[in-house]
Amino acid sequence: MTSSNLVLALAVFGASAVEAVEALTIVLAAGTTRGWRSAFEGTAVALAALVVIVAVVGVPLVRLVPIAVLRTVIGGLLLVLGLQWLRKSILRATGNKALHDEDAIYARTVAELSDGDGASVRGSWRTLGRYGPRDAIGFTVAFKGVFLEGLEVVLVVITLGASSHQLGLAAAAAAAAIVVVVAVGFLVARQLSEVPENSMKMGVGVMLTSFGVFWVGEGSGLHWPGGDLAILGLVAWFGTVTAVTVVVLDRAAARSRLRWTAHGTSPVGARQETEGAQ
Amino acid sequence: MSTVRRALTVFGKFWWEFLVGDTPELLVATAAVIGAALALRHHPTLGFVVVPVITALALVLSTYRGRGPRSE
Repeated sequence: MTSSNLVLALAVFGASAVEAVEALTIVLAAGTTRGWRSAFEGTAVALAALVVIVAVVGVPLVRLVPIAVLRTVIGGLLLVLGLQWLRKSILRATGNKALHDEDAIYARTVAELSDGDGASVRGSWRTLGRYGPRDAIGFTVAFKGVFLEGLEVVLVVITLGASSHQLGLAAAAAAAAIVVVVAVGFLVARQLSEVPENSMKMGVGVMLTSFGVFWVGEGSGLHWPGGDLAILGLVAWFGTVTAVTVVVLDRAAARSRLRWTAHGTSPVGARQETEGAQ
Repeated sequence: MSTVRRALTVFGKFWWEFLVGDTPELLVATAAVIGAALALRHHPTLGFVVVPVITALALVLSTYRGRGPRSE
Protein backbone atom coordinates (compact mmCIF):
# COMPACT_ATOMS: atom_id res chain seq x y z
CA MET A 1 0.00 0.00 0.00
CA THR A 2 1.45 3.41 -0.97
CA SER A 3 1.69 6.22 1.57
CA SER A 4 -1.11 8.18 -0.12
CA ASN A 5 -3.37 5.12 -0.04
CA LEU A 6 -2.58 4.69 3.64
CA VAL A 7 -3.47 8.32 4.37
CA LEU A 8 -6.62 7.90 2.26
CA ALA A 9 -7.66 4.80 4.22
CA LEU A 10 -6.93 6.52 7.53
CA ALA A 11 -8.90 9.62 6.52
CA VAL A 12 -11.93 7.59 5.42
CA PHE A 13 -11.69 5.35 8.49
CA GLY A 14 -11.50 8.32 10.86
CA ALA A 15 -14.30 10.30 9.19
CA SER A 16 -16.53 7.22 9.09
CA ALA A 17 -15.81 6.39 12.73
CA VAL A 18 -16.76 9.89 13.87
CA GLU A 19 -20.04 9.82 11.93
CA ALA A 20 -20.74 6.23 13.01
CA VAL A 21 -20.46 7.21 16.68
CA GLU A 22 -23.05 9.94 16.12
CA ALA A 23 -25.38 7.62 14.20
CA LEU A 24 -25.02 4.80 16.72
CA THR A 25 -25.99 7.13 19.56
CA ILE A 26 -29.27 7.87 17.81
CA VAL A 27 -29.92 4.21 16.95
CA LEU A 28 -29.27 3.14 20.54
CA ALA A 29 -31.65 5.82 21.81
CA ALA A 30 -34.32 4.76 19.28
CA GLY A 31 -33.87 1.07 20.06
CA THR A 32 -33.98 1.52 23.80
CA THR A 33 -37.09 3.67 23.79
CA ARG A 34 -39.11 2.47 20.79
CA GLY A 35 -38.04 -1.14 20.35
CA TRP A 36 -35.07 -2.76 18.64
CA ARG A 37 -36.95 -4.24 15.70
CA SER A 38 -37.83 -0.86 14.18
CA ALA A 39 -34.47 0.65 15.08
CA PHE A 40 -32.63 -2.16 13.31
CA GLU A 41 -34.96 -2.02 10.31
CA GLY A 42 -34.50 1.75 10.02
CA THR A 43 -30.74 1.31 10.23
CA ALA A 44 -30.71 -1.47 7.64
CA VAL A 45 -32.83 0.48 5.14
CA ALA A 46 -30.64 3.59 5.60
CA LEU A 47 -27.44 1.58 5.09
CA ALA A 48 -28.91 -0.02 1.96
CA ALA A 49 -29.84 3.43 0.60
CA LEU A 50 -26.29 4.67 1.26
CA VAL A 51 -24.73 1.69 -0.51
CA VAL A 52 -27.00 2.34 -3.51
CA ILE A 53 -25.90 5.99 -3.56
CA VAL A 54 -22.21 5.00 -3.57
CA ALA A 55 -22.82 2.56 -6.43
CA VAL A 56 -25.11 4.83 -8.47
CA VAL A 57 -23.14 8.07 -8.00
CA GLY A 58 -19.59 6.89 -7.33
CA VAL A 59 -19.03 4.41 -10.13
CA PRO A 60 -20.35 6.62 -12.99
CA LEU A 61 -18.37 9.56 -11.57
CA VAL A 62 -15.14 7.61 -11.91
CA ARG A 63 -15.95 6.37 -15.41
CA LEU A 64 -17.68 9.32 -17.09
CA VAL A 65 -16.40 12.63 -15.71
CA PRO A 66 -13.02 13.90 -17.00
CA ILE A 67 -10.44 13.27 -14.31
CA ALA A 68 -9.18 16.89 -14.13
CA VAL A 69 -12.71 18.26 -13.57
CA LEU A 70 -13.48 15.48 -11.12
CA ARG A 71 -10.36 16.15 -9.08
CA THR A 72 -10.92 19.92 -8.94
CA VAL A 73 -14.57 19.62 -7.88
CA ILE A 74 -13.85 16.80 -5.46
CA GLY A 75 -10.85 18.65 -4.06
CA GLY A 76 -13.10 21.65 -3.46
CA LEU A 77 -15.69 19.52 -1.65
CA LEU A 78 -13.01 17.88 0.49
CA LEU A 79 -11.54 21.27 1.26
CA VAL A 80 -14.88 22.69 2.43
CA LEU A 81 -15.55 19.63 4.59
CA GLY A 82 -11.99 19.47 5.96
CA LEU A 83 -11.85 23.17 6.83
CA GLN A 84 -15.26 22.99 8.54
CA TRP A 85 -14.18 19.99 10.63
CA LEU A 86 -10.85 21.58 11.52
CA ARG A 87 -12.44 24.88 12.50
CA LYS A 88 -15.05 23.18 14.66
CA SER A 89 -12.56 20.87 16.37
CA ILE A 90 -10.13 23.73 17.08
CA LEU A 91 -12.94 25.80 18.62
CA ARG A 92 -14.00 22.81 20.74
CA ALA A 93 -10.44 21.98 21.79
CA THR A 94 -9.90 25.53 23.00
CA GLY A 95 -13.18 25.80 24.89
CA ASN A 96 -14.69 28.23 22.41
CA LYS A 97 -17.44 25.77 21.52
CA ALA A 98 -19.18 23.10 23.56
CA LEU A 99 -17.81 19.59 23.09
CA HIS A 100 -19.99 17.05 21.29
CA ASP A 101 -21.48 15.15 24.22
CA GLU A 102 -22.85 11.75 23.16
CA ASP A 103 -24.30 11.13 26.62
CA ALA A 104 -26.28 14.36 26.46
CA ILE A 105 -27.47 13.62 22.92
CA TYR A 106 -28.47 10.11 23.97
CA ALA A 107 -30.38 11.40 27.00
CA ARG A 108 -32.11 14.10 24.95
CA THR A 109 -33.14 11.67 22.21
CA VAL A 110 -34.43 9.16 24.77
CA ALA A 111 -36.45 11.88 26.47
CA GLU A 112 -37.93 12.99 23.15
CA LEU A 113 -38.86 9.45 22.13
CA SER A 114 -40.13 8.28 25.50
CA ASP A 115 -43.79 8.23 26.43
CA GLY A 116 -45.15 11.11 28.47
CA ASP A 117 -43.85 9.87 31.81
CA GLY A 118 -40.40 9.44 30.37
CA ALA A 119 -40.37 5.77 31.29
CA SER A 120 -41.31 4.20 28.01
CA VAL A 121 -38.87 1.61 27.18
CA ARG A 122 -40.57 -0.81 24.96
CA GLY A 123 -37.26 -2.37 24.22
CA SER A 124 -34.87 -2.04 27.11
CA TRP A 125 -31.28 -3.10 26.75
CA ARG A 126 -32.23 -6.56 28.06
CA THR A 127 -34.87 -7.04 25.36
CA LEU A 128 -32.29 -6.79 22.60
CA GLY A 129 -32.85 -10.38 21.53
CA ARG A 130 -36.65 -10.13 21.46
CA TYR A 131 -38.43 -8.47 18.62
CA GLY A 132 -41.45 -6.40 19.47
CA PRO A 133 -44.01 -4.81 17.19
CA ARG A 134 -42.98 -2.36 14.47
CA ASP A 135 -42.83 1.29 15.48
CA ALA A 136 -42.92 4.02 12.86
CA ILE A 137 -41.23 6.62 15.05
CA GLY A 138 -38.37 4.31 16.03
CA PHE A 139 -37.88 3.35 12.38
CA THR A 140 -37.90 6.97 11.19
CA VAL A 141 -35.53 8.24 13.87
CA ALA A 142 -33.04 5.41 13.29
CA PHE A 143 -33.32 5.82 9.50
CA LYS A 144 -32.80 9.58 9.61
CA GLY A 145 -29.90 9.32 12.06
CA VAL A 146 -28.05 6.72 10.03
CA PHE A 147 -28.90 8.21 6.63
CA LEU A 148 -27.96 11.81 7.44
CA GLU A 149 -24.76 10.95 9.29
CA GLY A 150 -24.00 8.38 6.59
CA LEU A 151 -24.32 10.94 3.79
CA GLU A 152 -21.13 12.61 4.97
CA VAL A 153 -19.41 9.22 5.00
CA VAL A 154 -20.68 8.58 1.47
CA LEU A 155 -19.39 11.96 0.40
CA VAL A 156 -15.94 11.24 1.82
CA VAL A 157 -15.88 7.72 0.32
CA ILE A 158 -16.95 8.92 -3.13
CA THR A 159 -14.73 11.99 -3.23
CA LEU A 160 -11.57 10.40 -1.88
CA GLY A 161 -12.19 7.09 -3.62
CA ALA A 162 -13.10 8.56 -7.00
CA SER A 163 -10.30 11.12 -7.17
CA SER A 164 -7.60 8.54 -6.54
CA HIS A 165 -9.39 5.66 -8.30
CA GLN A 166 -9.54 3.78 -5.00
CA LEU A 167 -13.29 3.57 -4.49
CA GLY A 168 -13.02 -0.03 -3.26
CA LEU A 169 -10.35 0.84 -0.69
CA ALA A 170 -12.31 3.88 0.53
CA ALA A 171 -15.53 1.84 0.84
CA ALA A 172 -13.69 -0.93 2.69
CA ALA A 173 -12.13 1.57 5.13
CA ALA A 174 -15.57 3.10 5.81
CA ALA A 175 -17.14 -0.32 6.32
CA ALA A 176 -14.33 -1.32 8.70
CA ALA A 177 -14.83 1.86 10.73
CA ILE A 178 -18.57 1.26 11.00
CA VAL A 179 -18.04 -2.36 12.08
CA VAL A 180 -15.47 -1.33 14.72
CA VAL A 181 -17.64 1.48 16.12
CA VAL A 182 -20.78 -0.70 16.23
CA ALA A 183 -18.88 -3.55 17.92
CA VAL A 184 -17.26 -1.24 20.46
CA GLY A 185 -20.53 0.66 20.95
CA PHE A 186 -22.46 -2.47 21.80
CA LEU A 187 -19.66 -3.84 23.98
CA VAL A 188 -19.39 -0.71 26.08
CA ALA A 189 -23.19 -0.38 26.10
CA ARG A 190 -23.72 3.25 25.23
CA GLN A 191 -20.59 4.81 26.74
CA LEU A 192 -19.81 6.46 23.45
CA SER A 193 -18.81 9.66 25.20
CA GLU A 194 -15.51 7.91 25.98
CA VAL A 195 -14.57 8.05 22.31
CA PRO A 196 -12.11 10.95 21.79
CA GLU A 197 -14.32 12.30 19.06
CA ASN A 198 -12.86 15.80 18.88
CA SER A 199 -9.27 14.61 18.50
CA MET A 200 -10.38 12.19 15.80
CA LYS A 201 -12.28 14.97 14.07
CA MET A 202 -9.21 17.20 14.17
CA GLY A 203 -6.96 14.51 12.71
CA VAL A 204 -9.44 13.71 9.98
CA GLY A 205 -9.93 17.42 9.31
CA VAL A 206 -6.17 17.78 8.71
CA MET A 207 -6.22 14.83 6.30
CA LEU A 208 -9.34 15.95 4.41
CA THR A 209 -7.95 19.47 4.04
CA SER A 210 -4.62 18.07 2.80
CA PHE A 211 -6.34 15.83 0.27
CA GLY A 212 -8.57 18.74 -0.78
CA VAL A 213 -5.60 21.02 -1.49
CA PHE A 214 -3.74 18.21 -3.21
CA TRP A 215 -6.59 17.33 -5.58
CA VAL A 216 -7.48 20.96 -6.29
CA GLY A 217 -3.85 21.43 -7.34
CA GLU A 218 -3.72 18.24 -9.41
CA GLY A 219 -7.05 19.00 -11.10
CA SER A 220 -5.97 22.55 -11.90
CA GLY A 221 -2.74 21.40 -13.53
CA LEU A 222 -0.53 22.29 -10.57
CA HIS A 223 1.38 19.04 -10.26
CA TRP A 224 2.88 18.68 -6.80
CA PRO A 225 6.56 17.92 -6.34
CA GLY A 226 7.07 14.32 -5.30
CA GLY A 227 3.65 13.27 -6.59
CA ASP A 228 1.50 11.54 -3.98
CA LEU A 229 4.18 12.06 -1.33
CA ALA A 230 3.23 15.74 -1.33
CA ILE A 231 0.11 14.69 0.62
CA LEU A 232 2.34 13.86 3.59
CA GLY A 233 3.94 17.30 3.36
CA LEU A 234 0.50 18.92 3.28
CA VAL A 235 -0.60 16.84 6.29
CA ALA A 236 2.48 18.06 8.18
CA TRP A 237 1.79 21.67 7.16
CA PHE A 238 -1.88 21.70 8.14
CA GLY A 239 -1.12 19.70 11.29
CA THR A 240 1.36 22.37 12.33
CA VAL A 241 -1.02 25.22 11.50
CA THR A 242 -3.76 23.51 13.52
CA ALA A 243 -1.48 22.87 16.52
CA VAL A 244 -0.26 26.47 16.54
CA THR A 245 -3.81 27.81 16.25
CA VAL A 246 -4.94 25.60 19.14
CA VAL A 247 -2.07 26.81 21.34
CA VAL A 248 -2.67 30.49 20.51
CA LEU A 249 -6.44 30.28 21.05
CA ASP A 250 -5.98 28.22 24.21
CA ARG A 251 -3.69 30.84 25.72
CA ALA A 252 -6.12 33.60 24.73
CA ALA A 253 -8.98 31.65 26.31
CA ALA A 254 -6.96 31.09 29.49
CA ARG A 255 -6.19 34.81 29.70
CA SER A 256 -9.84 35.58 29.10
CA ARG A 257 -10.91 33.12 31.83
CA LEU A 258 -8.49 34.67 34.31
CA ARG A 259 -9.75 38.15 33.51
CA TRP A 260 -13.39 37.16 33.83
CA THR A 261 -12.86 34.99 36.91
CA ALA A 262 -11.56 38.10 38.59
CA HIS A 263 -14.98 39.61 37.85
CA GLY A 264 -16.78 36.56 39.28
CA THR A 265 -18.04 34.96 36.07
CA SER A 266 -16.73 32.81 33.24
CA PRO A 267 -17.85 33.58 29.73
CA VAL A 268 -16.43 30.26 28.51
CA GLY A 269 -18.54 28.22 30.87
CA ALA A 270 -21.57 30.38 30.25
CA ARG A 271 -21.20 29.97 26.55
CA GLN A 272 -20.71 26.22 26.77
CA GLU A 273 -23.85 25.88 28.82
CA THR A 274 -26.00 27.90 26.49
CA GLU A 275 -24.62 26.76 23.18
CA GLY A 276 -25.97 23.48 21.88
CA ALA A 277 -23.43 21.02 20.54
CA GLN A 278 -24.04 20.62 16.83
CA MET B 1 -45.40 15.00 -6.29
CA SER B 2 -45.15 16.29 -2.74
CA THR B 3 -42.81 13.39 -1.94
CA VAL B 4 -40.52 14.40 -4.80
CA ARG B 5 -40.63 18.03 -3.70
CA ARG B 6 -39.87 17.03 -0.13
CA ALA B 7 -36.98 14.87 -1.26
CA LEU B 8 -35.59 17.74 -3.38
CA THR B 9 -35.97 20.13 -0.46
CA VAL B 10 -34.10 17.75 1.85
CA PHE B 11 -31.43 17.27 -0.82
CA GLY B 12 -31.04 21.01 -1.36
CA LYS B 13 -31.00 21.65 2.37
CA PHE B 14 -28.25 19.07 2.85
CA TRP B 15 -26.03 20.70 0.25
CA TRP B 16 -26.74 24.20 1.55
CA GLU B 17 -25.87 23.13 5.10
CA PHE B 18 -22.84 21.24 3.81
CA LEU B 19 -21.39 23.97 1.61
CA VAL B 20 -22.50 27.12 3.39
CA GLY B 21 -23.89 26.41 6.86
CA ASP B 22 -22.61 28.95 9.36
CA THR B 23 -19.24 29.31 7.65
CA PRO B 24 -19.86 30.89 4.23
CA GLU B 25 -16.32 32.30 4.37
CA LEU B 26 -14.91 28.79 3.99
CA LEU B 27 -16.82 28.29 0.74
CA VAL B 28 -15.44 31.63 -0.50
CA ALA B 29 -11.96 30.57 0.62
CA THR B 30 -12.29 27.28 -1.25
CA ALA B 31 -13.27 29.15 -4.40
CA ALA B 32 -10.23 31.40 -3.89
CA VAL B 33 -7.96 28.36 -3.45
CA ILE B 34 -9.28 26.82 -6.69
CA GLY B 35 -8.86 30.17 -8.45
CA ALA B 36 -5.30 30.53 -7.17
CA ALA B 37 -4.42 26.97 -8.23
CA LEU B 38 -5.80 27.61 -11.73
CA ALA B 39 -4.04 30.98 -12.01
CA LEU B 40 -0.69 29.62 -10.84
CA ARG B 41 -0.67 26.36 -12.78
CA HIS B 42 2.04 27.75 -15.05
CA HIS B 43 4.06 28.96 -12.05
CA PRO B 44 4.21 25.74 -10.03
CA THR B 45 6.87 26.82 -7.54
CA LEU B 46 4.77 29.81 -6.51
CA GLY B 47 1.64 27.66 -6.55
CA PHE B 48 3.07 25.07 -4.17
CA VAL B 49 3.54 27.84 -1.61
CA VAL B 50 0.56 30.12 -2.23
CA VAL B 51 -2.21 27.49 -2.35
CA PRO B 52 -1.47 25.86 1.05
CA VAL B 53 -0.81 29.28 2.61
CA ILE B 54 -4.15 30.71 1.41
CA THR B 55 -5.89 27.63 2.78
CA ALA B 56 -4.18 27.93 6.16
CA LEU B 57 -4.95 31.65 6.31
CA ALA B 58 -8.63 30.96 5.60
CA LEU B 59 -8.72 28.38 8.39
CA VAL B 60 -7.07 30.67 10.93
CA LEU B 61 -9.25 33.68 10.06
CA SER B 62 -12.46 31.65 10.09
CA THR B 63 -11.53 30.05 13.42
CA TYR B 64 -10.65 33.45 14.84
CA ARG B 65 -14.04 34.74 13.72
CA GLY B 66 -15.69 31.78 15.44
CA ARG B 67 -14.26 32.81 18.80
CA GLY B 68 -17.16 35.23 19.12
CA PRO B 69 -17.57 37.94 21.71
CA ARG B 70 -14.61 36.88 23.86
CA SER B 71 -12.06 37.80 21.20
CA GLU B 72 -11.90 41.32 22.48
